[in-house]
Amino acid sequence: MSIDSREVCARYGNDRLRLMDILNDVQAAKGCIPDADIDTIAEAVGESRVDVDQTVSFYHFFSKTPRGKYTVYLNNSTVAQMNGRQAVAEAFEKESGGTFDGVTGDGLIGLYSTACIGMSDQEPAAIINNRVFTSLTPEKVQSIVADMRAAKAVDDMIGDYGDGANRSDLIKAMVHNNIRKKGEVLFGAFESGAALRKCAGMEPGKVLEVIKASNLRGRGGAGFPTGMKWEFCAREAASPKYVFCNADEGEPGTFKDRVILTELPRMMFEGMAVAGYIVGAENGIVYLRAEYRYLEHYLQKVLDDMRAQNLLGANICGKKGFKFDVRIQFGAGAYVCGEESALIESAEGKRGEPRNRPPFPAQKGFLDKPTVVNNVETFCCAAQIVDKGAEWFRSLGSEQSAGTKLLSISGDCAKPGIYEVECGLTVAEMLDMAGATKDAVQAVQIGGPSGTCVAPSDFDKKIGFECYATGGSIIIIGTERNLLSVVHNFMEFFADESCGACVPCRAGTRVMCNMIKKIKDGKGSTGDIAVLLELADVMKKSNKCGLGQTAGNPVATTIRNMRTIYDNVISSDDMYKPGFDLESAVEESCAVVGRTPHFDGE
Amino acid sequence: MAKPVVATTSLAGCFGCHMSLLDIDDRILQLIELVEFDKSPIDDIKQFSRQCDIGLIEGGVCNSENAHVLKAFRKHCNILVSVGECAIMGGLPALRNNIPVGECLAEAYLNSPTTKNANPNKILPNDDDIPMILNRVYPCHEVVKIDYFLPGCPPRADLIWNALVALVTGKEMELPYEVVKFD
Repeated sequence: MSIDSREVCARYGNDRLRLMDILNDVQAAKGCIPDADIDTIAEAVGESRVDVDQTVSFYHFFSKTPRGKYTVYLNNSTVAQMNGRQAVAEAFEKESGGTFDGVTGDGLIGLYSTACIGMSDQEPAAIINNRVFTSLTPEKVQSIVADMRAAKAVDDMIGDYGDGANRSDLIKAMVHNNIRKKGEVLFGAFESGAALRKCAGMEPGKVLEVIKASNLRGRGGAGFPTGMKWEFCAREAASPKYVFCNADEGEPGTFKDRVILTELPRMMFEGMAVAGYIVGAENGIVYLRAEYRYLEHYLQKVLDDMRAQNLLGANICGKKGFKFDVRIQFGAGAYVCGEESALIESAEGKRGEPRNRPPFPAQKGFLDKPTVVNNVETFCCAAQIVDKGAEWFRSLGSEQSAGTKLLSISGDCAKPGIYEVECGLTVAEMLDMAGATKDAVQAVQIGGPSGTCVAPSDFDKKIGFECYATGGSIIIIGTERNLLSVVHNFMEFFADESCGACVPCRAGTRVMCNMIKKIKDGKGSTGDIAVLLELADVMKKSNKCGLGQTAGNPVATTIRNMRTIYDNVISSDDMYKPGFDLESAVEESCAVVGRTPHFDGE
Repeated sequence: MAKPVVATTSLAGCFGCHMSLLDIDDRILQLIELVEFDKSPIDDIKQFSRQCDIGLIEGGVCNSENAHVLKAFRKHCNILVSVGECAIMGGLPALRNNIPVGECLAEAYLNSPTTKNANPNKILPNDDDIPMILNRVYPCHEVVKIDYFLPGCPPRADLIWNALVALVTGKEMELPYEVVKFD
């Protein structure tokens, strides 16, 4: 385990921009990043100590204290809970003798809860030393912990591998793709290099025209017109420019980028090169969430192969001056880094704190240079559009939502997995496709916690930019679920993931979380509902990034669309009801000082 | 017509809000014309003697006695006003909210420079006659319904005065910027 932080820094040329890589390597090698190493790293990269310290403290997967020889990050998302997460967590505690979140006394096993790890179609799932364990049961936990005690390597604990590239020598993961429906764009015919060869024969401006004519909109959820974004960047005079692929996929319930990265990485890299050609960038960076580190070697090999085939590197496809290459930048567990400016901050080795916009990344992004940031799926679409034409793409889907969309469907349905559908199908059609009986569905969460909770009365509405926009996350919530618990889980998630820069987000998420808990415990009042709606509105108006603006959505959309879940536990006569309970409030201090509480005159 | 009756108290506060009320200077003479005081440190009446119109609360709720007093105020006052940061959000005392009670008590009674050599038997106060400490400091509106909030640390004398006059005369309250700015 002995490793010199100084050597790690030297490996990255003592470049402060590579701080995330340095910290990831030190954390992996030592199981923690102690204060002494923070000093060493700060000195080596020429940063102040607090700058390094604040980066360490920001990310979920960095820790100053050891997290165990085996570190278990067990997903705590709502879908994991639907699939029996509780029993699995208890089994981990029972078998290891430890508790969440902490390390066993012997330092062998660390147990930690973590936000959605992109395995909603095979929950409960955990990441153990960067390897993914899916479909966990208490029995499987028993054997995993026994293997840990026998000092088995994590790679050897994985029994059966999944399908497709998950079985390949460079991945060897038990993850399954669960591709349930293939469409024409992502899973249609694709010839690696075809789009780049077309680029080589066209002026960049002409390729941009094709993208613009296709009406492609960003696939991360917000739906900004891709062609327009690239045109803004192309127009900028400053150089160098950068192309970023946002593979942070942190919205709970989404896992479509995982499957693209596993099965279609060439298409994605090719799309990045197309963007580079259009905007005049030579450097691409894939910001990949740490949860998907198990794909690292595989993706590096794909990049190597593409370089060898002249699809990346200098003079791509023989076109003189067409130069583009890609580097993978890992995150370290932070939902907010999916926000494009926070992602850029993180890639610069800093806390993932969103920037003020404008200026937008297309003007001033990575290192304040013009930068294009797009979702994994957007780049794939772009590659196919350049090869097959704008007309072809527009002929698919609906008017405002051209093309196809990958949906990650999970929750209470018979066939969770990946579906490539033409934009514009209705919620009811989606449920049918996923094998969910409409009568057994209480609500559908579209677009993850930051999206909308849709009631059955709206199941005839469409999924797409016309109505329910989504980055791909669809969680089906059955009638037997406690929807208030789901809302509470979502609010805990936002409270944990808030970067803390804006007060309405930092405090608002926590206040909302506590209030939902109060209502869930039967202590809610109609006054609480009014306050919640007001808070959600304040957060929408006064937080600077998408996380903060939408963090009140789980509460606001359920109050608007699923009001009965609140009315069931709140009497309309109760304008005010305190959550305060004197007896439980004095319990702790009385125990500490050793006195028996008594309540005269209550 | 009888004058409106006002009650005031300081819970987990520093009495700064009461001091700010006294900062109305010569208007205190008008105040006496305008209202009567019942339970309040201003006249040192310890128990409610009648139903009051307005209760002014300074400070948050940090122990069982604060909770009793606050509930009594809610019972005896038609209108209850949280006055100042501590009543509204817990204020400075709420800085302990992220520290376990045991650690706070140990710091205060066992480990602090003035107690570590003076408390050889390591006693934490536990007499039945003293209030019980709560697990955290609560803002008043989490314990009882509060009708109005006057922000500030302390709220300016003019703000308290304007609010009080508006409440007893039923006229709209004047809130010029100078009255609600905090710096």
